[in-house]
Amino acid sequence: MSICYHTDPMKVVYHLIYFAIGCYETAYKLGLSLSFRQEIMKWNGWGYSDSRFLFNKKGQAEFTGKRYRLSGLILPSLKDWFEGTFGANLQHKSPPTVNLSAVAPPNLNEPFIEDLKAAGVAASHDPEDRVFRAHGHCLHEIFALREGRIGRVPDMVVWPSCHSDVEKIVELACKHNVCLIPYGGGTSVSSALECPHEETRSIVSLDTSQMNRILWIDEKNLTAHVEAGIIGQDLERQLNEHGYCTGHEPDSMEFSSLGGWVATRASGMKKNIYGNIEDLVVHIKMVTPRGVIEKSCLGPRMSTGPDIHHFILGSEGTLGVVTEVTMKIRPIPEYQKYGSVVFPNFQQGVACLREVARQRCAPASIRLMDNEQFQFGHALKPQVSSIFTSFLDGLKKFYITKFKGFDPHHLCVATLLFEGDRGKVLQHEKQVYDIAAKFGGLAAGEDNGQRGYMLTFVIAYLRDLGMDYYVIGESFETSVPWDRVLDLCRNVKERIVRECKERGVQFPPLSTCRVTQTYDAGACVYFYFAFNYRGLSDPVHVYEQVEHAAREEILANGGSLSHHHGVGKLRKEWMKESVSGVGLGMLKSVKEYVDPQNIFGNRNLL
Amino acid sequence: MASRALYSPRHPVLKKRDDFEDVLEERRRSSDLRYALRCYTPTLYKGLVPCKVSMLKSIVLQSDHLQCVIKQVSSESGDSTECVAEEASLILDEMAHRMQLSTVRFFVFTLSKAFKRLFRSVCVNEEGIQRLQQAVQEHPVVLLPSHRSYMDFLMMSYLLYMFDLPLPVIAAGMDFMSMKFIGEMLRMSGAFFIRRSFGGDKLYWAVFSEYVKTMLRKGYAPIEFFLEGTRSRTCKSLTPKTGLLNIVMEPFFKGELFDVSLVPVSISYERVLEESLYARELLGVPKPKESTSGLLKARRVLSEDYGSMHVYFGHPVSVRSLAEGKIKRSQYNLLPRYIPQKPSVDTHEFLNDAAFRLVRIQEENMVLKPWVLIATLLLQNPDGMDLSSLTEQTDWLRHLALAFGAFLDWPDHEACSEVISCSLALHRRLLSVSAGHVQLSVTDAPQVETTPEEAVFQRAVVVLSCASYRNQILHVFLRPALLAVAMQSANSSRKDDIYNCFNFLRNMFSNEFILCPGDSVQDFEEACYLLMKRGVLQVLEHEIVMSASGQSTLAFLCSVLEPFLQGYQVVCRYLCEETNENLTEKEFIPAVRSFALKLILAGRLKCCEALSSDLQKNALAALLRLKAVRKVKVGDQVTLKVNKIAVNSLEDTMGKSDVISK
Repeated sequence: MSICYHTDPMKVVYHLIYFAIGCYETAYKLGLSLSFRQEIMKWNGWGYSDSRFLFNKKGQAEFTGKRYRLSGLILPSLKDWFEGTFGANLQHKSPPTVNLSAVAPPNLNEPFIEDLKAAGVAASHDPEDRVFRAHGHCLHEIFALREGRIGRVPDMVVWPSCHSDVEKIVELACKHNVCLIPYGGGTSVSSALECPHEETRSIVSLDTSQMNRILWIDEKNLTAHVEAGIIGQDLERQLNEHGYCTGHEPDSMEFSSLGGWVATRASGMKKNIYGNIEDLVVHIKMVTPRGVIEKSCLGPRMSTGPDIHHFILGSEGTLGVVTEVTMKIRPIPEYQKYGSVVFPNFQQGVACLREVARQRCAPASIRLMDNEQFQFGHALKPQVSSIFTSFLDGLKKFYITKFKGFDPHHLCVATLLFEGDRGKVLQHEKQVYDIAAKFGGLAAGEDNGQRGYMLTFVIAYLRDLGMDYYVIGESFETSVPWDRVLDLCRNVKERIVRECKERGVQFPPLSTCRVTQTYDAGACVYFYFAFNYRGLSDPVHVYEQVEHAAREEILANGGSLSHHHGVGKLRKEWMKESVSGVGLGMLKSVKEYVDPQNIFGNRNLL
Repeated sequence: MASRALYSPRHPVLKKRDDFEDVLEERRRSSDLRYALRCYTPTLYKGLVPCKVSMLKSIVLQSDHLQCVIKQVSSESGDSTECVAEEASLILDEMAHRMQLSTVRFFVFTLSKAFKRLFRSVCVNEEGIQRLQQAVQEHPVVLLPSHRSYMDFLMMSYLLYMFDLPLPVIAAGMDFMSMKFIGEMLRMSGAFFIRRSFGGDKLYWAVFSEYVKTMLRKGYAPIEFFLEGTRSRTCKSLTPKTGLLNIVMEPFFKGELFDVSLVPVSISYERVLEESLYARELLGVPKPKESTSGLLKARRVLSEDYGSMHVYFGHPVSVRSLAEGKIKRSQYNLLPRYIPQKPSVDTHEFLNDAAFRLVRIQEENMVLKPWVLIATLLLQNPDGMDLSSLTEQTDWLRHLALAFGAFLDWPDHEACSEVISCSLALHRRLLSVSAGHVQLSVTDAPQVETTPEEAVFQRAVVVLSCASYRNQILHVFLRPALLAVAMQSANSSRKDDIYNCFNFLRNMFSNEFILCPGDSVQDFEEACYLLMKRGVLQVLEHEIVMSASGQSTLAFLCSVLEPFLQGYQVVCRYLCEETNENLTEKEFIPAVRSFALKLILAGRLKCCEALSSDLQKNALAALLRLKAVRKVKVGDQVTLKVNKIAVNSLEDTMGKSDVISK
């Protein structure tokens, strides 16, 4: 039977359930504060305010808070790794400055505000609310905030609470010609949330966070109808309570929203089982200046011309606001098991992943880190509690490097996550380990695997730590055919090192990559890149030049412009090259039809 | 002409060059045997994938590229793939090197002995070696030496061994293989052999290119080949070939390598071992087929003094920076990389341009000895010169050459006359010096009875030998000389008129000299700049005016090109006057030669250089390029169809003053 929360009384009941549990979302759900998220989250860094890395008085690194497995733990080797890798020094600090007074007064469209009030939509033009929604998490955005430099920010924020609110807002925006920028989780890394400098109209940030309900769950068809403002972890937890999950777990799932996933063509860690966002959506409802676009039924596949969903997926907020999505759901898997494999070198690792993809037996997730990242992972090992564990670690290391002859400067590790029936998982696990063995891979335990995945969630926090000590960095991704994976990884990493050197970066940068997804015809590759910027007068500019060069290198080596981060404004210049002039023209003509007034004027993509 | 303003002339004089060190000095002091057996631990490429010679072969044969071509060839020819694969394997056997350190050590021992006897010194720029050592570690390296003598690649390997650098694998012409023993020896010291022509043979090309690329990708060893394709018989750089250059650049284009370093190497000889051999060859006396016994006879060579030799390792040129903004690497994205692809028009243009620039670098780093200046002067004065005026003019020329950026190795603290007498002594075979009068002359005792034709040929051997030294400095004077001739024939001081003439001459001679395609404006500006700086010209906004003191320099520069102008005119005259309808390509050279000979015997032509087959070939190539002559295939023969009006007008434009007296 399907559970329906559609009516308002039901909403209250729903909320009461949460009261009983007593977690922060409760207050959030009740709408006690429209900007609750910004109170528990950093405004000039990643994630929760209570969670951050720091070097304590003894010079040891620790991770604060209680939210993560790593929280409250001392990380003894992080300092040496940090200083050794970047040539950074704990004496040289570059702390953030706070300067909210720099926010320019809002450019308000009074008639619009009046109509909005009449319609009963919550709004604010408080500077803090506006600044919080003026950026994503690109390096230059965070760097500027830390320096107290605040550019153009939205002039006001509105919080629609349901689909019809959005319809009203869009209608009024058209009427009064204001610019709307949809805002979901704020985790963009493509400058998508930046307010265009050339925009002269009043800019209104449309925050979807209040549209965060699961409207119904259909157990017969295994679908759920969800409001698009819901945050990934809330969606997952609420479905879990009913015994279901979507299985969509992008690395940003703690903070990113369903609508954002749709608008950027997001990809989840476990896409091998559940698929990427485009495989997961059954139905999308989007409000555009022309009206609402949606399909008329919930059929699983249609042959009705080009799929209109594909105009919406990846539209990056240029066409309208995604308000509701019907998604596939799955029963929570019975069994989950992490794993890891050590390979003598990256080449062997890639060959193994390729074989796994060929045999189409990829686990829910399989990721291959290169040697630098493997060492990085090691630096994040918490203090071991017993002599026994440290003895065991030593023994493992001895076995791999001395007995098996792996070179610690070449070996790399793949992390695995299996999901499903217990029996099948164990069988599957054996199959994958057998393949790995053919490529010289040695099973390296569940713990290493699990730590690898945890790393994904805390790595963004680490950037903030680096920025406290003159280290800046970023990640970027691409997708590439199998036969070019190795060449692309090597060339891009080397290009980064070379560009840094040429631009006067004093210390060799951290330039590392991993293969994070496997497909039949290729893989997704993720690069991390960071350097010590002491001695540079304009570090962000240097950083941007290097990233630009790295992207050129990716494209020259047969990689795509983006696998899942999207284009935004950061990668716009390569769109024509990527999709051809005609392709770009098609997209432009859609925009032209749907939004002739450019109400959705964030100027992404096109 | 708008782009002229964008070009700022180089300052050739400011060019910094490294110092040299004599590597034979050490050899003269210690045991060659111990040296040959010493511990050899070369610096290696950081990305080296260690791999044995035998493994190399199987990697090449198993490669996706070769497998793909084998399938293609098999489906086209109807032979089974096994059969084609077998053929590929045979080709590879014929081609592949089998480098062995023991053979190399044997060569090191014998070459140490030989070099010490042949040369007074072998000078190498050690900074260049250090740069190479650095480059070798970072990226796969391609060595591009100039090619004037058989000695070149022996010397290269010898030097690399000496400096603990990885030994190169060398692309050598198949003709070596006819010397059974030596061929195998060379193979074991790193040479691999390519057929001279394999135009349409897909399979051969695939094996060859995959073989070279595999070695490059694995970082197996530096690849060495000659951009000019063959030894230059004239000591002028030859128009570069792009085939191999494309092969070594492709792994970069396709992203298989981050970068490839190209290292131009300039090898110059004070006296070329093959000097008279080359001259004879140019005059149509066929070169003796390379044979081991022939080489033994050449032992006589060992007893002579060949002066010093200079090897200059240039700055490594990164293919990546060369291709920056010129090659769109993403053009290779849409086709699997193992499927062979013909270079696109853009790529081809890039390769050609790069090849020319590399040869220009070779030229610029070529060390010139005083004799080169003397030879230039003696050729311009066929009746000889008094020693005193030779001394004076050489000194003048020396300063001119230095001002134009020549890389001159002139002994620092010696009197000019001393330097000249040393040079004359070294090259005494080409000269006669009597009573303070120096003249080029036949010194080999002439046979009792010589026909007039034989006398002309004997004289021509001396002239062409001597010209091969003058040719070494041509690249220094070339651009100003083209300008000088242009000014003379333009008969106007308007800059545009002179430029048009310059451009015409440049175009005419672009098979003869290294003139980068598309650099016409730049070359013109450079010539103007050099002559202006020398006080020869005044370059105004629309005019170029000769200054009062410039006459002698311009006259000298004009006579530098004179032999070439005359030679080309002879070719044109021949084509206009003498040809019938059915001149085949094969007959062309002998026919022009006998035409020129006739003119010389009749006293109508003074210049022996018109007899050079190299010049004749280049002239024909230019005429074909300018469409004054067409090739027509009739049966298996290629005949030349001459457009006499076009040829005539080219001849007229080349020189209004008719040099060939009627």
